[in-house]
Amino acid sequence: MTDYLTIDNLTKRFGGVAAIDGCTLSLRKGLITGLIGPNGAGKTTLLNLISGMVKPDAGRVSFEGHDITGVAAHRIASLGLVRTFQIVRELSGLTVLESLLLSPGHQMGETVSGALFRRPTVQEQEQHNAIKARRILARIGLWHLADQSASQLSGGQKKLLELARALLLEPKLILLDEPAAGVSPPLLDVIMRLIRELRDEGISFGIVEHDMHLIAELCDDVHVLAEGKMLVSGSFAEVTADPRVVEAYLGMPA
Amino acid sequence: MIAYLTTLIVLVSVAALVGLALNFQWGVAGLVNFGVVGFVALGAYTAALLSPPLGWVGGMIAAATLCAIASTFLALLSIRLGDDYLAIVTIGFGEIVRILLLNEDWLTGGALGIPNIPRPFVSLAPAGNYDVVLLPFALLLVAAVYLVLETLVRSPFGRVLRAVRDDATAASALGKPVLLLRVKAFAIGGAAMGVAGSLHAFYLTYIDPSQFTSIITAYAFMAVIAGGRGSNTGLLIGAGTIMTLIEATRFLKDVMQVIDGAQLSALRLGAIGLGIVLLLILRPQGLLPEPHRRAREFFPTEKGGQ
Ligand SMILES: Nc1ncnc2c1ncn2[C@@H]1O[C@H](COP(=O)(O)OP(=O)(O)OP(=O)(O)O)[C@@H](O)[C@H]1O
Ligand SMILES: [Mg+2]
Repeated sequence: MTDYLTIDNLTKRFGGVAAIDGCTLSLRKGLITGLIGPNGAGKTTLLNLISGMVKPDAGRVSFEGHDITGVAAHRIASLGLVRTFQIVRELSGLTVLESLLLSPGHQMGETVSGALFRRPTVQEQEQHNAIKARRILARIGLWHLADQSASQLSGGQKKLLELARALLLEPKLILLDEPAAGVSPPLLDVIMRLIRELRDEGISFGIVEHDMHLIAELCDDVHVLAEGKMLVSGSFAEVTADPRVVEAYLGMPA
Repeated sequence: MIAYLTTLIVLVSVAALVGLALNFQWGVAGLVNFGVVGFVALGAYTAALLSPPLGWVGGMIAAATLCAIASTFLALLSIRLGDDYLAIVTIGFGEIVRILLLNEDWLTGGALGIPNIPRPFVSLAPAGNYDVVLLPFALLLVAAVYLVLETLVRSPFGRVLRAVRDDATAASALGKPVLLLRVKAFAIGGAAMGVAGSLHAFYLTYIDPSQFTSIITAYAFMAVIAGGRGSNTGLLIGAGTIMTLIEATRFLKDVMQVIDGAQLSALRLGAIGLGIVLLLILRPQGLLPEPHRRAREFFPTEKGGQ
């Protein structure tokens, strides 16, 4: 299978600390790849670098064969590479439905001339997107909350909403930063089922997570990151059996 | 009395235009502008200088355009640097405009200002009674700007601006060009401030730097906060109430003879300030909420989305 997203010798320093230090890894198309590692290993920084939120000091990121190193975040998202956040960013001024209507790309109504002079076409696009939004909200069980402010949702519902928002961008690859953090067990089941279904529908995933149950259940490949470097990769069983991984987590030789 | 009423309504109209503009920049798009008065002054002077050669329509379009260009420039300058810089840069802009108006006598007339500014539709007015033209002109101008901004606020453009306001990082993660959106929002607001400045100039027919003090900026922020950030209708109510209160309380001097004019004007400002503080405590979200699209607009036949 082909490498879909490749990270080559990527480095990012904050002051004296190298958060990502010559990291090389790749994600395969159509699979769910787990990214694990102890706190401070650089997982979130890696997502920030891939998604264009932070510029690397050295190294290369490429997606579908195109070099996307240092490309602006909004352009990377429009290429179909979408990420979510460790601490949910729920857009508190929008309702649940509005935050989904916001997502789709190429909206004519988001230009001034379109909004003022092409209102029938814009309304058609909105209606079309609203139908898609309703389908996704119904699928994740949030349709009854469509008109609520996004800020009123529970932690787990916000994580679901972020995932739904990403889906309306019709992404090819979704990077999730701790999708299980702060999510109640019933909602976690919904999230895990959804991720698996979406993988079967052809979307690739990269998941940063501390919840080993989720990683074990979902991931086809697992990469372990420690101190900004790629430590080990393989299947979940292979990776967890590796003494270096145990050492990285416990901070001592196993 | 009619003359006074016209004065009041025109003053409210100017304040409403300035407020609508700031509501778009700050209320909807989250871009703070402490140099509002600088844009209003730039608009007024542009209209005053260019209306004689270009006619009032040309003067007003030039005022809006120049203010939009200045806004674009400031936004690009500061937004690249980071969020807080816009506050500093706009304060600086306001000061620069004030100093230029005072010192570039060859262009602005310095402290003496510019007299004899031509007025719109003078030929339509009966002799000695321009008010019958000015009043509907001011109201139509407010209505037109309101209509344009309200259409934008309720459109996907307004929605994406609110998203950028709430969380620019999240918006960029959804593929939204944050910088471009902010520049557009700031320029549109700037243009509306230019229109407000033009109305100010047409109304007074004489402008000088003393008319453009920071209180204009303060009133605009009060109106946006009182009306509810993001709500244009709330803004109209907020600006109308504040300006009416300020103007109407002028008469208190005649009723209450124990205090003199200076004390009264200080008291009036204090009372408005107190009113805003009370409103923020009792109704922090302002008078009206910003508009939202509801599920039933798209799916009228089904219940749900409650
Ligand atoms: N903006 C920043 N400025 C300075 N240091 C940073 C910044 N972002 C991250 N770091 C540092 O980089 C290192 C890696 O942080 P990062 O958030 O990527 O870790 P993580 O693997 O996501 O951890 P966790 O599992 O706790 O979320 C940490 O030492 C952190 O303090
Ligand atoms: Mg993290």
